[in-house]
Amino acid sequence: MAKIKLSEDKINKIKEICSSFGNKPSEVINVLHKVQGEFGYLPAELQDVIAQEMKVSAAHVYGIVTFYSFFTMTPKGEHPISVCMGTACYVRGAEKVLDEFKRELKIGVGETTPDGKFSLNCLRCVGACGLAPVVLIGDKVYGRLTPDGVKDIINEYR
Amino acid sequence: MQLAYANYLLTIKEKTEMEMINIIIDNKPVKAEKGQTILKVAREIGIDIPTLCYYELDGVNLENRPGGCRVCVVEIEGRRNLAPACATEVMEGMNIKTHSLRVVNARRTVVELILSDHPADCLVCSKSGKCELQSLAQRLGIREIPYQGAQSTYRKDMSPAIIRDIDKCIMCRRCETVCNVWQTVGALSAINRGFEAVVATAYEQDLVKSPCTYCGQCIAACPVGALSEVDQTRQVITAISDPTKTVIVQTAPAVRVALGEEFGMEPGTIVTGKMAAVLRTIGFDYVFDTDFAADLTIMEEGTELLNRISKFMAGDKTVKLPILTSCCPGWVNFFEYNYPDMLDVPSTAKSPMQMFGAVAKNYWADKLGIKREDMVVVSIMPCVAKKFECQRDEFKVDGNPDVDFALTTRELAELVRQFNIDFNAIEEQDFDQPLGESTGAAVIFGATGGVIEAATRTAYELFTGKKLEKVDFTELRGLEGIRSATVDFNGTPINIGIAHGLANARQLLDQVREGKTNFHAIEVMACPGGCIGGAGQPFHHGDFDIIRKRHAAIYREDAGKPIRKSHENPFIQALYKDWLGEPCGELSHHLLHTHYFDKSKHIEIEG
Repeated sequence: MAKIKLSEDKINKIKEICSSFGNKPSEVINVLHKVQGEFGYLPAELQDVIAQEMKVSAAHVYGIVTFYSFFTMTPKGEHPISVCMGTACYVRGAEKVLDEFKRELKIGVGETTPDGKFSLNCLRCVGACGLAPVVLIGDKVYGRLTPDGVKDIINEYR
Repeated sequence: MQLAYANYLLTIKEKTEMEMINIIIDNKPVKAEKGQTILKVAREIGIDIPTLCYYELDGVNLENRPGGCRVCVVEIEGRRNLAPACATEVMEGMNIKTHSLRVVNARRTVVELILSDHPADCLVCSKSGKCELQSLAQRLGIREIPYQGAQSTYRKDMSPAIIRDIDKCIMCRRCETVCNVWQTVGALSAINRGFEAVVATAYEQDLVKSPCTYCGQCIAACPVGALSEVDQTRQVITAISDPTKTVIVQTAPAVRVALGEEFGMEPGTIVTGKMAAVLRTIGFDYVFDTDFAADLTIMEEGTELLNRISKFMAGDKTVKLPILTSCCPGWVNFFEYNYPDMLDVPSTAKSPMQMFGAVAKNYWADKLGIKREDMVVVSIMPCVAKKFECQRDEFKVDGNPDVDFALTTRELAELVRQFNIDFNAIEEQDFDQPLGESTGAAVIFGATGGVIEAATRTAYELFTGKKLEKVDFTELRGLEGIRSATVDFNGTPINIGIAHGLANARQLLDQVREGKTNFHAIEVMACPGGCIGGAGQPFHHGDFDIIRKRHAAIYREDAGKPIRKSHENPFIQALYKDWLGEPCGELSHHLLHTHYFDKSKHIEIEG
């Protein structure tokens, strides 16, 4: 008998979100959006509760979570960094900028620094191609970024 | 909801039925039924369009049609792109080329690309010779793999019964479909996207931590070697080679109607005598029959059923009805995980394989004057879940299991080949006695409806005290997913439900949980058609006619038996007289019955 351990508050919150979508299997994606909005990320235990409440298999929920890049199973940092890898940014050197972030923060894409300050992700096009390459930190947009500028930007948040 | 959708599809089908349209396939004018796919129409007129991801078991309405592999592409006049035949419906006036130059080239490229991310392990792959990807590559004449890109690698997942070697996965998603649609087990799902996409368990944990029932239908569906059973043939050979061990073999009913297929025989050929002969040639000390234990199961389970019914009729409202059969280990795993609130509903009778093990290592070891540690019991099963069942702790005494190894029908065929035995030529032999004697009732355990028919034959006579004139309860036979029938026990109607496939079982069980049924007994088997369609049987590659032929053979074998009721088996009668006492008695309770465990996932509040 496998056990899932979670606090009562968390369980109740998830149950509330699931029932607000009528516990319908077709609404799993919407539920995941809401739950991630509430808790910041979707660890396995939360997915298990969602699966039970929505009457679908945990494998199915995990399949959805891993399919969409929006969903994450690791907690995002205090300052989530998103590097645009859309075509325009890519051809203007986004990959080198991304590599510099990886080197500076010593984390990979989809990971969070041990102190919880920064997390690193990629996204596809924020609609600011004129500023390529573009990086988002939180809600703030940084344009025409070069690898040399990465360290200074990170230091703004340290 | 699923049912409503199925009905909706059915009405659409009825409306469009018989509406015929004219199309041309490979220059042949064809009248085709509207709504049919190009693949089906082509197959009906004998044009074999190759497929890979497509999988169909028409007898149980199971279809996997993701349209993802693109092997079945065809050219349609007037269309810019090639179309997948499995997922494209025919339309009036369509002109289809199934093997044009463009199609042949595209198909070849598709398979070359699939092969570029597939290990070239064919020399030692367990699926070699039976692999659909391998035969496709041969059929298309592929002699080299021009694309040398990245190869995906994953951790190999070894469970007690099933091995997942996902490096070989080609993302056909057949396993996902059988696991979720036919079984509603939900152990597997496609995860990730693009090149990283793969079929996996939740959180990519090992299968043992998933709700997997080890039914193995994923193995039966897998076109390649990504899913296979744990091979125990080496351990069995080692045991036979050891002069200090007495090695006993037992064979399940469904094996004898399928084993011949491995040696080129027509599906449904009954090879009971040849099977006994090859087992003796391989070197087993005693060649016994699980069918003997199936008769024993009927004595125990039938008695348990009658006890429950009598108590119920006497007004005892605490008695649990319907009784559920407990022979199928995939089914047992399923209800332990999904119905932990109903663990007192199934029969407590062990499966025939485990009953045999208990009799062998207690009664027979005693008769031979040997210690149980010096006896090795091997079973030949149509089943993959039996490998897990025999390793359950409750079936061990001081760590020594009642059944040491459960080989599949396919593994026995491997042994026959390794020992260079000419299966077609070998003279038929009989089983050894006393644990080799069985009745027709035991044989039909191999087909859906068979266990409950066997139980009915015995329960009727015990309940009414009258002789059963007609032993064939044809109303209990068939291949529909859910069946029900009422049998007249001399004025007392006994309501029986039957399901094969765990999705069907779930439907019945949900009704039982809600108190909506009036069944006295329900039989469940996890695999399509029952054990004859078990995951350890020779691969049928989606040809349901093979299962139909095995099904017919099971009932032919039954009809040919001189004794067809379990309680009339003279060796069973002797076993009770000499040793067990009475059915459901103290010794039976100790050795032939079991109990079940809550294996569900529980959400607990953090303390």
